[in-house]
Formats: sequence, structure tokens, C-alpha cells
Amino acid sequence: MDKNMKILIVDDFSTMRRIIKNLLRDLGFTNTQEADDGQTALPMLKNGDFDFLVTDWNMPGMTGIELLRQVRADERLSSLPVLMVTAEAKREQIIEAAQSGVNGYVVKPFTAQALKEKIEKIFDRVG
Amino acid sequence: MDSNQFSKDPNRAVEDLREAAQMLLEKLQNEDYHDASEVISKLNQQRDSLIFNSVGKLTRALHNAIVNFNVDANSDNDSTLSDKSHISDASDRLNYVLKLTQDAADKTMDRVEASAPIAAEIITESAQLREEWKRFKRREMGPDEFRQLYYRMDEFLARIGTGAEQLGLNLQDIILEQGYQDLTGQVLKKVIGLISDVEGELVQLVRIAGQVEDVAGFRSKADKEAAEKKSANGEGPQIQAKHRPDVMASQDEVDDLLSSLGF
Repeated sequence: MDKNMKILIVDDFSTMRRIIKNLLRDLGFTNTQEADDGQTALPMLKNGDFDFLVTDWNMPGMTGIELLRQVRADERLSSLPVLMVTAEAKREQIIEAAQSGVNGYVVKPFTAQALKEKIEKIFDRVG
Repeated sequence: MDSNQFSKDPNRAVEDLREAAQMLLEKLQNEDYHDASEVISKLNQQRDSLIFNSVGKLTRALHNAIVNFNVDANSDNDSTLSDKSHISDASDRLNYVLKLTQDAADKTMDRVEASAPIAAEIITESAQLREEWKRFKRREMGPDEFRQLYYRMDEFLARIGTGAEQLGLNLQDIILEQGYQDLTGQVLKKVIGLISDVEGELVQLVRIAGQVEDVAGFRSKADKEAAEKKSANGEGPQIQAKHRPDVMASQDEVDDLLSSLGF
């Protein structure tokens, strides 16, 4: 796994962005940027050669699930690995995310270990 | 039945309706059409007056509820804190909770981020010194090297002292920051109280409105076909996940579901 890969963290709460950023840094990933909702994130993704997207679901403007759909619909972004880190825990929502092409799903509140496992699993598969 | 004294009580009104219908049937059977049409017109009047009464009741109840909620009708005027409505006061209180929790989270993370490099330095420097010390104990160290180690050790001991002191202060700050729990708890309890008051008033309103609908036949089919809201907007944290079969209570359950979907 390339520790220098460029990661975009999308969450409307700055506290949560900071927590994720800190955890990623502890895992050795220091090349991170942040956005506070899907509307801000999408143009960044389109112009920014990101290698990995970590997004919340419930955000004003554009939600994470919509962002995921837009990413999958975009020719250049369609294969971008996406990890959802969210408080949304309903069965139908998780199925919806899976069907929309999410690569991993972590429910809040989460542990550093859970985040690490999911990221490793995603990059084991993506190669 | 004295047709001039229509009941204002909805339950009694249904009774009256039944009696009038019976009377209407009798008149029609006796081919007494004049009286029959009179009964019909009285029935109409009765229904109108009942609706009128019920709407009056509903209006009064609504008025009372509004007075009880203390909702600001002129929310655009600059009201001072004292004459603010309970609802907008509750919003202010919740915003205060939001701010307090955000500040506490920020300050706590500031302290942790300030502490992390101190701890990291102690770990690396002590590990290196330990290796040097082992060499010294094995008598593998010349006098020049030992002199360097001597000064390095001295410096390290001084740094570890101030570093540990700083760590202690940071930990204490983190503890103090948790005071937000007390303050937000008090605010949230007040807001919960207000919400249950509002709920009580609303239940009362719904009950009265229901009576009006029943008697007047206003109830629409649309009420029953309340469209289920799509989940795309997200619902936020599930607070009773353990009691709901459609909600995953842990990361393990989420993982199981995903693997059942072929993940």
C-alpha cells in the first residue's frame, strides 16, 4: 500500500474530519485533504488525482451516498476506492451503499482498529 | 328529538344523526315528502353547526397551544432574551450545546496533538540512550564516546522532566475540558422538558382535530398513504439499535451483512 497516496476526507463536522485525519496519520497516511460535503468534494475529486475517498453519509448540500453515485458515474473516477464512515446503520442503507458501489463501510462510533482493517482490506482487493 | 337543540357534543351528534335518519325513513315511507325535506334540511343544519362548533374548539385549542408553546409570531422582530419564545430559546440552547461540544472536542484534540510529539521524542531518545548504555555496560565504549553519552544523558533527563510536566498539564486540561458534559447535560434536560410539553399540547390538538374529521367526513385518503421517506438524506445515529431488527448494532453486524452481499 502506498503511504503517500492522496486521500480526501469528507465530513460536515470538523471534529470528525480531524479524528479521521489523525487516525490516518497514525497509520502512516499523511497526504490528506478535507471537504465538508459532497458538493465541495466532487470538484476536488474531479480535478485532484485522489487515490482514496473517505466520506460520511449524512451531510447538507450533497450527501455521501449521492457523492458515491456521482463518483461511480464519472468515467475518470469510477474506480476510485471509497470508504464510508457514517452513523447510518440501517440494513437498507448499508445495502443501498453496497449496491451503489462502496468499497468499505465503517459505522460510527468506530475504533482505530476497525478503520485500519477496512482500509487494508480495500487495498488488498484493489491491489 | 328537539331539532332546534342540536347537540354540540360529537358523540351525542352521531346519536342525533341516527335518530334523524330513522325519522327521515319513516317520513319517506309515509310519502310525507314535505316533512322529509324538512328533516333533510335540519340534518344539514345540524352537521353545519357541529362542524362550526368543532372548528371553534379546534381554534381555541390551537390558540391555547400557541400560548403554551409561547411561539413567536413575529419572529422577525428583535426580541430580547427574556421575551423570546420557548422554541427559539430551545434552538439557542441547542446551538450552545453544539458550540460547547465542538470547542471541547477541538481543545481536547489540540492537547493530544501537542502531547504526541513529546511522547514520541521520549520513546525514540530513550531507546537510543538505552542502546548506548548497554554498550557502556559491556565496556565497549571509549572515554570520548562516554563523555558524549554523559552530556546526552544529562540533557535527556532535563528534557524528560519538562516534557513529563507538560504532559501532566495537557492531561489535566483534557480532564477539565470534559466539564462540557455537565453544562450540556443541564441544557439538554431543559430542552427535553420543553419537547415533552409541546408533545402533550400537540396530542391534544390531534385528538380534537380527529373528532372534527370523523364527524365532518374530512378525513382524506392521503393521510393513510403517507409516503415513506426515502433514506437518501440519512438519519443520523440510531440510538436504540439493539431493539430494532432493521438496524445494525455493531461493526460486526455490518460486516456480516456486507459479506452476505458478497463483499
